[in-house]
Parts: sequence; structure tokens; C-alpha cells
Amino acid sequence: MNSKFKEGTLVKPQERIDLNQIKSLHNASLSLLKDPGIICFNKHAAELLSQEGCSITLEKEANNKWRISFPEKVIMDAIESTPREVLLGARNPDNKLLLKSDIPRVYFGTGSETNIYLKSDLNEFISKSDAGHVISMPVYIKERGSVNSLCQSAKLCNNLTNIDFFIRNVNIQDAEISLDNKDVNVFFASLMYMTKHVQAGLVNLERLDDVLKMAEIIAGGADQLKNNPVVSFITCLIKSPFQMVDDTTEKLIAIARKGVPVVISSSPQGGSTAPIEEEGMTALINAEILAGITLAQAVNPGTPVLYGAVPVRARLDTLHDLYGAPEFIHYNIDCIQMARYYGIPCYSTAGAGDAKVPGLQSTIEKVYSQLTIAAAGAQYIHYAFGLLDKTNVFCPLQAVLDDAHIHIVRQILRNPDFNDKNVRDSVKQIRHVIDSETKLFARHIRKAMRKGSVSLPYPFETQEEEDKVLVNAHHHLYEILNGDDERLEDDKINQIYKEIPGVLPGNFFKLEN
Amino acid sequence: MADILEKIKKNVIEGRVDYEDEGFDGDMEGQPGVLELVEKALEENIPPSDILNIAISPGMNEVGRLYESGEYLIPDMLASAECVSEATKILEPLLLEGENKSRGKFVIATVEDDLHDIGKNIVTTLLRGSGFDVHDLGTGIKADKIVDAIEKSQAKYLGLSALLTTTMGHMEEVIDLLKDKGIRDQVIVCIGGAPISEDFAQKIGADLYGEDAFDAINKLGNITP
Repeated sequence: MNSKFKEGTLVKPQERIDLNQIKSLHNASLSLLKDPGIICFNKHAAELLSQEGCSITLEKEANNKWRISFPEKVIMDAIESTPREVLLGARNPDNKLLLKSDIPRVYFGTGSETNIYLKSDLNEFISKSDAGHVISMPVYIKERGSVNSLCQSAKLCNNLTNIDFFIRNVNIQDAEISLDNKDVNVFFASLMYMTKHVQAGLVNLERLDDVLKMAEIIAGGADQLKNNPVVSFITCLIKSPFQMVDDTTEKLIAIARKGVPVVISSSPQGGSTAPIEEEGMTALINAEILAGITLAQAVNPGTPVLYGAVPVRARLDTLHDLYGAPEFIHYNIDCIQMARYYGIPCYSTAGAGDAKVPGLQSTIEKVYSQLTIAAAGAQYIHYAFGLLDKTNVFCPLQAVLDDAHIHIVRQILRNPDFNDKNVRDSVKQIRHVIDSETKLFARHIRKAMRKGSVSLPYPFETQEEEDKVLVNAHHHLYEILNGDDERLEDDKINQIYKEIPGVLPGNFFKLEN
Repeated sequence: MADILEKIKKNVIEGRVDYEDEGFDGDMEGQPGVLELVEKALEENIPPSDILNIAISPGMNEVGRLYESGEYLIPDMLASAECVSEATKILEPLLLEGENKSRGKFVIATVEDDLHDIGKNIVTTLLRGSGFDVHDLGTGIKADKIVDAIEKSQAKYLGLSALLTTTMGHMEEVIDLLKDKGIRDQVIVCIGGAPISEDFAQKIGADLYGEDAFDAINKLGNITP
């Protein structure tokens, strides 16, 4: 078995709240889970949690609505049985991820399921006052998400070196896509061009087995899939505040039974479905995630889960999500610390913003959260690449920019390589240079250069007095899109077509350079 | 013979001056560098001109190619140039008349009242690595001392460096003094430094402006043998 996994970035976690505050929030969550408890619309879950020791009250039988009160012991027993580490596999096993709750090794990846694929095209613009002054700028073209754009996105993201995992980031809206065939086509399009871990939600529970069968084919068999789980799932079973919805809860139960890694996610909006104050938001979202984790462990003790925090704030003029707000960062750091307190690997959120096109606003909004959330030590940071207009748009050009910026974030946060030998070597170097004719340290930095511990300049910089960042990034984007891909092997493709119903014909997945 | 010359060339490319240099991966300390290998080659009676022409110069040419391609950065160039400079100090006295392929004598200085020398030192190292015989006068040098050095060494090239707007005016003093002495036409004057520009170079009558050390070396390459 290949025991290698991706290096990620090891950080020294920055903490926002202290242990007393963490315990206070923990107690607040437990208190809420006891009273008022969770409103549950899924009968299965109510029965399972009842067997665990929760108190279940039927609210309105006609609407299948139960109130579940969680005793502290039930929650704590579930946390105890939750694995401290989660392995996420990959088509290329060297791209596996090992998420350990006590190790702040940060991985970055994509997400959400966007409706718009925003392409860019370079145009020339001539100054009205000086016809000789011409600049190039991208113009943007909106396309509805499709199987082909998901394939293109997967190819791009496979080649962006700072992307560690791929959450399907395009909502495939081709006319041929239905509730019945969507899941198999989402996973097939992603896995066709992606050799890193692939994750998505499940639209239709009845296709779970087909998706897992596809994963088995790619991994090389059922046993191989166990050791190298190339796919995993996201479940957002709580509709904030505190309502366990029927269909997603049923999906979590089925996925947990299979023992496949699963994200227990919650996404309350501060100011509408959660308090806007930090302590209220964290107490609420923490309770919701704990409820989902407790259910997963009730189904199958030892189910590998990620503590999935996606808190966001509302903007107060429209109640839409406001990702560029500092509160977004506060909420997420608090959740990362809660996850660490429980010993559960954390799925966190960074890199989403409100800007609609790549540029100054998008960079500021994204880099602030990419840097601070990574600095807090979340193991698995999603949303980090390509998103615009909250989570409505995936823009390949933005993804290229995010890749460059996250590289810088990684460099900023990497741990110091500091030991007594290095200090002694530095003293020797300083003495040598002081005694030299040139008094220059430049020649002594070659080892550090080649070790990769010396950062390079901004990759899209321009020498002229004109901002060509977007132009240079655009050229880099098309170098990647026109370059080679790591398409799935033909024999596996053929086997998938033979054994998995509903996969669209090959032309949907063909990429034109 | 070919083996040791190949090793010298390799160490020039890797910028390893001597056995203390740990090399790219940090594990070469203790292995002979350019200095030790040149000494060994001389002990084996390999002609100094062969060491220069078969090992050192081709090594530096390869370094130049690697720099042009972006594979090598400034620290790599400086390390290799330092190897050439140090090896040349050993070989030059041993070269027969006519074998010495110095590209010419070069006097370089930072002008009066200016103590900055990083750029000047980088240029000096690169010039020596390119085959120039460089006499570095140091920093804060008055115009008359600079011109005196030119007269005494019969140098064909003069490099002047200044980092301050308050000191750059001294460059014009040096050029005027060369004119007064009647030797302005015998010297190619190159100037550089943060406040310097092409416009300034033209205004004071300098022959060359180098935006940075590499620009200077490139421009010199276009006008020197």
C-alpha cells in the first residue's frame, strides 16, 4: 500500500478564543442540544438516536416531525468514537490526504456547486484621449455550468499545484442531466481529469451504490477503495436553525453505513438563520455539527467524519451571504478551534468573496480569509479557488490567481526551519562573508533557493508601469488548458460505461484545446 | 586530463569555490572545489591555458546560458563568477605572454562621499568572471584619485557607482577631469546606481548606463572584444 500522502502546509495555529471560551461555547451547544433540542424530520434518525439514549418527542405525526433532546453523555460518547484521523484517497495515490485532528497540516481545495462558469477573453482597449495608448484586459463571458465545463475545471484544478483536493465546483445543467443521472455524471466528469481526491454531495440516494462502484473501478477494486477512498461525500443535514431535514439525513445514514468518509456540514447565516454575534453563531453551528456527528456514529461507530463548518454572515441590505466580512473569518476560526478541542479533523471555509470579477476586491476578500483560516490550522479548507459573487460563479482565471496567492500564503505560514545546527551554520557563514572581499551573502543562499525555502516574486508581475496581472494570469490559464491532461485510462472508462448506468456519451466529456 | 578539467568545469557551473562549499544540496562539503582542482591540475602539468580555455571559460559560458534561460538566478551567477575570479588569480601569473586573454583593464569605484558598494561589488565579481582585469578602488573615492588610477593602469574601462542623488554629480566631475587630462577618448566610462538613468548618462557624457549589474555586463559585451 502506498503510504505517501500530500505534504500540505504545517502551520503553528493562531488562536482567537482561549480554552475557557471554548468550554463556554461547548457547554452552550450541549445546553441547546438538550433544550430546545433538534427538530428532526427523518424517522430513521429519530429511532437511531432514541436507541443511543436521546429523548424523542413526536411533534406532529402527520408531518413526521420529532423533537430530539441530546443528553451530554450521548454527544461525548459519539465524539469519543469519532476517528481522530481521516484518510482521503486519490486516483494518483501520491495525492492522498491524511487529516489528523492534532496535526495542523493544512490542505486547500475547491467548492461550491456554482451555476455560472465565467470564462475570460482578452480584448484590447484604446484610450479616447491617446489613440496610441492601448491596454489589454479580460472581458468575461457567462456560461451555464455543464458537464464539459466541469471537465475543464477538473483539468485546470488538477494542474494547479496548490489545489490538494477537488470538490465538484460546477453545477452541471445540460438538458440531458436529470435527478437520476446527475451523480454519476458529476463524479465521472470530475474523476476523468482529476487525480486528486474528489468530493461532492449526493443528489439521489439511489445512485450511491453506482458512485461507489465507479470509485471501486478507479481504485482497482473494493479492498483497494477501502485503503484509498478516492471519493467522499458532503452532507448538510441541518437546515439552520436546528432542523434535521429528511432527505439529506437519509443520505448521511446510508453513507455512514458504507463507512465512506463524509463531511458533516452546517451553513448557518449570521443575522438570519443564526445569531450575528460570534458566540451565538459558534454555539449554534457547533451544536448542529455535533448533532450530525452523533447521528453518524449512531449509524456506524467509527465512521470517518469531517467537522464541516461553513458559517457565513448576512449582508443587512439584502440578507444575501456576505463572505468578505471579517465576521466570516471570526466564525470560521472559532469553529476550527472547536473541532480541534473535540479531536475531529476540520473542514473549513476560506477564499469566497463578494466580488463579481477578478480584481482588487476579489483579491482582498479572498486572501484575507485564505491567510487567516489557514493560520488557524484547519486541515481541509474548501471554497479556496475560483469562486466569485459569493458561491454563484466559478471563474478559471480567478482560480489561477487564487493558486498563486495560496502559494504565497503557504510560504508565509510555513514553520521556521530552526535548529542549533542551522544557527551555527549561519554564524559560520556570517564570519566567512565579513572576512571576504565582496561582503556579499548572495552566493551562500543557493542551498536555501534549491530547498524551496526562498520565495519567488509574484508570478504575474509586470515590469512596465501598467497592471498586467490579469493578462499574465490569463496567458498562464490558457497554457494549462491547452496543455496535456491526465485523463482516466481507457480500460477504466470502458468498464465504467459497461457497469454504471446513466453516464452520458463520451462527447460530453471531451475537452477541446 | 579530461577528467579533472571536466570536474573543474562542473564545479564552476555549480559555483563551488573550494572544499568548504556545500553545493546545491548541502552535502558536498569536503569535496574538492575549483581552487583545489585547479591546483591539482597544475600539479599534473596541465597547461594553465588549457585549464582556462577548456574548463573555466566553457563553464562560465554554460552559467551564462543557464542564467539567460531563467534556470540560474543572481546568486548562482555570483557563485560561479567568484570561482572564475579566484581561479584566474592563480592562473594569470602562469600564463605565457599572449596567452593571457584578459578582456582588458577595468577601474571601478564608488564616487566621493558615497559609501554604498553592493552593486559595485556585484559588477566587480561578474567582470572578473567575464575575464576583465579589475582594479577596485573602493568607496568614497575623489575624482582625482580615480583619474590617477586610470592614468597609472592605462585601463581602457572605468566604472562609476553612486547610490545617492547628492553624490551622483561627482560622476560628471570625473568625466570632466578625464577631458582636462586629455584622456577622455581613451576610456569607456560606464555608470550605474539607483538614482542614475539613461538621460543622466547622456547629460554628463558617459558612454554606457547599466540599469543593473547584468545590464552593464551585457552592454559591455556588445562593445568589447
